[in-house]
Amino acid sequence: MQPRSRDFKALSAKSMKDESLQGALRQLETGFVRARRDSASALPEFEALRDQARDRLDDVLANLDIHLLAYEQKVKSQGGHVHWARDGKELCEIVSKICHDAEAKKIIRGKSMIGEEAGLNEALESDGFEVMETDLGEYILQLSKEGPSHIIAPAIHKTKDEISDLFHEAHKAHGLTERQSETSALVAEARQVLRQAFLNADAGITGANFLIAETGSNIIVTNEGNGDLSCTLPRVHIVTAAIDKVIPTLEDASLLLRLLARSATGQEITAYTTLSTGPKHPDDADGPEEYHVVLIDNGRSEMLGNEFREMLRCIRCGACMNHCPVYGNIGGHAYGWVYPGPMGSVLTPLMVGLDEAGNLPNACTLNGRCQDVCPVRIPLPGLLKAHRVREFESRLTSSLVRYGLAGWAWLARNPVIYHPLMNVSMRVMAVLGRRRGAFRWMPFASGWTDVRDLPAPQGSTFQSIWRKRERGDS
Amino acid sequence: MYDNNPPKVRTQKPVVGLFVTCLTDLYRPSVALAAVKLLEDTGATVKVPRAQTCCGQPALNNGDLKHSRQIARQVIDAFSGFDYVVGPSGSCMGTIKTHYVEQFKDDPEYLEKAEDLAARSYELVSFLTDIMGVKSVNTTFEGTVTYHDSCSGLRELGIHKQPRKILKTVKGLSLTEMHDSDVCCGFGGTFCVKYPEISGRMASAKCANIRNTGADTLLAGDLGCLLNIAGRLRREGDQTRVFHIAEVLAGMADCPGIAEGQE
Ligand code: SF4
Repeated sequence: MQPRSRDFKALSAKSMKDESLQGALRQLETGFVRARRDSASALPEFEALRDQARDRLDDVLANLDIHLLAYEQKVKSQGGHVHWARDGKELCEIVSKICHDAEAKKIIRGKSMIGEEAGLNEALESDGFEVMETDLGEYILQLSKEGPSHIIAPAIHKTKDEISDLFHEAHKAHGLTERQSETSALVAEARQVLRQAFLNADAGITGANFLIAETGSNIIVTNEGNGDLSCTLPRVHIVTAAIDKVIPTLEDASLLLRLLARSATGQEITAYTTLSTGPKHPDDADGPEEYHVVLIDNGRSEMLGNEFREMLRCIRCGACMNHCPVYGNIGGHAYGWVYPGPMGSVLTPLMVGLDEAGNLPNACTLNGRCQDVCPVRIPLPGLLKAHRVREFESRLTSSLVRYGLAGWAWLARNPVIYHPLMNVSMRVMAVLGRRRGAFRWMPFASGWTDVRDLPAPQGSTFQSIWRKRERGDS
Repeated sequence: MYDNNPPKVRTQKPVVGLFVTCLTDLYRPSVALAAVKLLEDTGATVKVPRAQTCCGQPALNNGDLKHSRQIARQVIDAFSGFDYVVGPSGSCMGTIKTHYVEQFKDDPEYLEKAEDLAARSYELVSFLTDIMGVKSVNTTFEGTVTYHDSCSGLRELGIHKQPRKILKTVKGLSLTEMHDSDVCCGFGGTFCVKYPEISGRMASAKCANIRNTGADTLLAGDLGCLLNIAGRLRREGDQTRVFHIAEVLAGMADCPGIAEGQE
């Protein structure tokens, strides 16, 4: 996916005018925010689990290399293959080669953000493979040729009517000519089309919520069950995952799973939690003949060693975006790449470059609501500020801001000049603004006055009033 | 005038350095006068160092660490020696309490000073209730108010119950909660001028929540939020009155509210 984060302002302006998107975003509160609050408060140890998860993941990250090698060993010993990809391009090449070597033509995909990160669908299609998404949301986006706008509800921006139109168009080819408009009928129709794709597929590509080093398993959680079918029905199962998904034990997984669904959708646990461990063994009833895991780095090993390390704890629950008032106004597409919301504003600049994505860490009020709900306590506002420091230090910050700050800082460090100057300015402003109590417009302050009045000051500054009081007192 | 808990202060008559905050100094000195009164009523002596201007957030939040550190040093030096440092803002006091220390990791001298300052620094309302043990105020304010939780005060300093508890002791005042009182108003320092459209929508949602309470007055503990919300209320033609909580607690809300004209 070509990043468009540079166009953040234009994209977000468009989103704010999009009535159907705005309608969808209003559902965040009932669908996610309240659901999370209720399920978190129903579990007395929820806050303690968050601490535990943070500490455990920090330990894991400190020895990530060891866990990765242990995981690789285990997968291999069970007849699976492990491949290492430096970036998205390498991942696509590896997956394409696996499919080619296995003479797989038809490929089905379970939801995977790594696939999005790497642009896997486009790459496989251009290599001549037939790819079909099996997660309902991703399937809708495949039909509408869009990227995800949320990490766990990728088609959250789509209304039922839009989906009805899309299905009506696309499903004619499957002999389904009647237009459906009810949610249950739409789901049933998608199920019918997808069922055939599952049965015909040669290879299934899934993501992984966790990779377990002690067993060599991958875990995926879904509410649709498409993950199970993508793992078990095709001849070849390929897992695409990032290196930070490895955790040592099933015990660790159970800790994180208790937090994941509650933080994401408010469920205690998702409808399906699927573990797959290698290819089919001689006495297994079903399963794939080949099992491959492609592990992607794409900047993560660098994050291990820099100020963004804590971001690697992320378990992709989406709570940060559900609670972000900026995301709630502009939706996911405005962020211009794969990952939206607070976690996206930290990750995107690291993956596509700060020059491309510099808007994202700045488009935040640092209100801290994301950090408040992040199950693994990632200090998201602090990491966004770390990007701003990088931006300033690499001189990417606009010169208007740089000179503005330098001038202001000089004044702020010279109280002897600052105080009298401010006193005069405020007194003038107070006289001008007295009648209305506020300004509708102010030179050089259009960023403020475009959307709100500028309240008028009262008059003399406090410092000058206090000085007089001190003189009078003494 | 206070009905006091046994105070937790180190001395009965502490010397408090008032951190005025730049917005209060420039826009609304009455908030600082109210703060002085509230502090003096507890028996504290209030001093206002002249060498203060701003806490440095504009630089800090724009990644300009050089200037942000310079300003932080100036604040640290100006406020050495007071028993306490108190300011009428969760945002500025949150910066002094949590973000100064982070900036001096490589400067042992100022790291120690920053830690010392952090330990002595408080936001005004929480200082009155948690440190000085103030339980009630002897003032009157006729009206129905609703209270907005500023983000830094709430999440960096844990200020939520204190203002509500003490507001309920103001005679004539009734407090009604708005929906999403803890959701950001869209101010965010330079955010509000860098991304005015997004900021405007956030402010607008806040205004709607305020209106839905039917309250005639909005209160909060941070002038940044208050200027933003008051500005947006006026733009929407809404005449809800807007005050800093200190003005009401000190019985000094008899002046025009924020963004209120004087015909
Ligand atoms: S940053 Fe935290 S809240 Fe956001 S998706 Fe990751 S784990 Fe969830």
